[in-house]
Amino acid sequence: MAHEHKLTIFRGLVTFKNNQQKIWGVLLFLSLVTAVEVGLGIVKPEFLTKSSLLGTKLLNWIFIILTLVKAYYIAWDFMHLRDERASLRRVVVWTPVFLIVYLITLLLSEANYVYEMFNTTFMTWDF
Amino acid sequence: MDSSISQHADENLWGGGDQKPLNASYGKLMMWFFIVSDALTFSAFLAAYGFSRFKFIETWPIADEVFTHVPFFHGNFPMYYVAFMTFVLIMSSVTMVLAVDAGHSMNKKKVVLYMLLTIIGGAIFVGSQAWEWATFIKGDYGALETKGGRILQFVDINTGDRVAISELAIEDPSETAVYHSSSQGVWFESGEKPSTYSLEEVTSGFLANEAVTIRTERINEEGEKTVLSRDEAIAKLSDAVRVVEGANLIRNEYGSRLFADFFFFITGFHGFHVFSGVMINIIIFFNVLIGTYEKRGHYEMVEKVGLYWHFVDLVWVFVFTFFYLV
Repeated sequence: MAHEHKLTIFRGLVTFKNNQQKIWGVLLFLSLVTAVEVGLGIVKPEFLTKSSLLGTKLLNWIFIILTLVKAYYIAWDFMHLRDERASLRRVVVWTPVFLIVYLITLLLSEANYVYEMFNTTFMTWDF
Repeated sequence: MDSSISQHADENLWGGGDQKPLNASYGKLMMWFFIVSDALTFSAFLAAYGFSRFKFIETWPIADEVFTHVPFFHGNFPMYYVAFMTFVLIMSSVTMVLAVDAGHSMNKKKVVLYMLLTIIGGAIFVGSQAWEWATFIKGDYGALETKGGRILQFVDINTGDRVAISELAIEDPSETAVYHSSSQGVWFESGEKPSTYSLEEVTSGFLANEAVTIRTERINEEGEKTVLSRDEAIAKLSDAVRVVEGANLIRNEYGSRLFADFFFFITGFHGFHVFSGVMINIIIFFNVLIGTYEKRGHYEMVEKVGLYWHFVDLVWVFVFTFFYLV
């Protein structure tokens, strides 16, 4: 059962001595990211809520990106995807990513259309 | 398992043969298949949530104002408790991966300890979620609902703080509300459950109290709910048709009904996963205790339930972002 663990994270920036150390290191990183998210959620800095990119507030973009970062480290280090073969990793990651991106694009643009209809047609729904 | 490629002599049916292109055992691959399909189910839920939210983007409830409670404390603490729950779940993910690691070095004692900690973490999370559901269902301030199903909430005209309908309502002693109860020998069979205060009581209380106005669902430029002037509020009051307390699948005092529906479905579905994860962990925990995997020669089963457990954590990270933060 000699399991090989890849012990380097952040693209070679940090290398741990053994697997346990790596786990605690990743936990520290994930907790930090969560703390930043909650902090931003409570403070809501104005320059982030006032400006938006592609119809979404900058603050929300930060939340989404930080979430994906967390998801990456959970999958790669806790679920050991980092130690699996590239073929397994690709099958597991890209299949859902493709389908989810597709679904979200369709649903959100459709929702946007419905919202426009509510606002521009002669129909009241706030009464 | 993956390093001990079997010979033809002890080749078993489910081993998948000598050739393993993905270099993973049958059990682990099947767990990955399940996780991928389950991930698609969860993302369908979250995408549907996104659809409804984009559709009602101007009137969607602000999560910070909905989840403000922490057990044993009074006051306004937005997000603190959910952040704590997130941390508990990540922590139990860590103890799980430590259990897997101890399993690789065949250290039974450590596997037992870490599995136990994982189970405790999962139980704390499920308990917290049950508490959060109870708080959400019970509601705190109460509100009025209009003909169109929109929610009107009461706020202090000067400070903007929420005002509960119980502070506002003037109880009408002439209203002899006798509700059917089992002790009175009449069974409640159909119809809506009466609210603590009737619409008339709340309305007269509102008209008598000059310091209170109404807040609508609509979000203004500042990203806050619109507060009406006293005159607008009095005019708006005539639209109200009932008093809403708390939230359920049909009515929701916090705002859009869909918000409550998605809250129940998504966190409920996730909580069900955590619950089954705890159950599976308990089974594996006892298997470790009686030495099943010691005899088998490897702890791959711990690794497989570990994958499921981490997946539950992974889903929560997304639910946390899209339900509570964004």
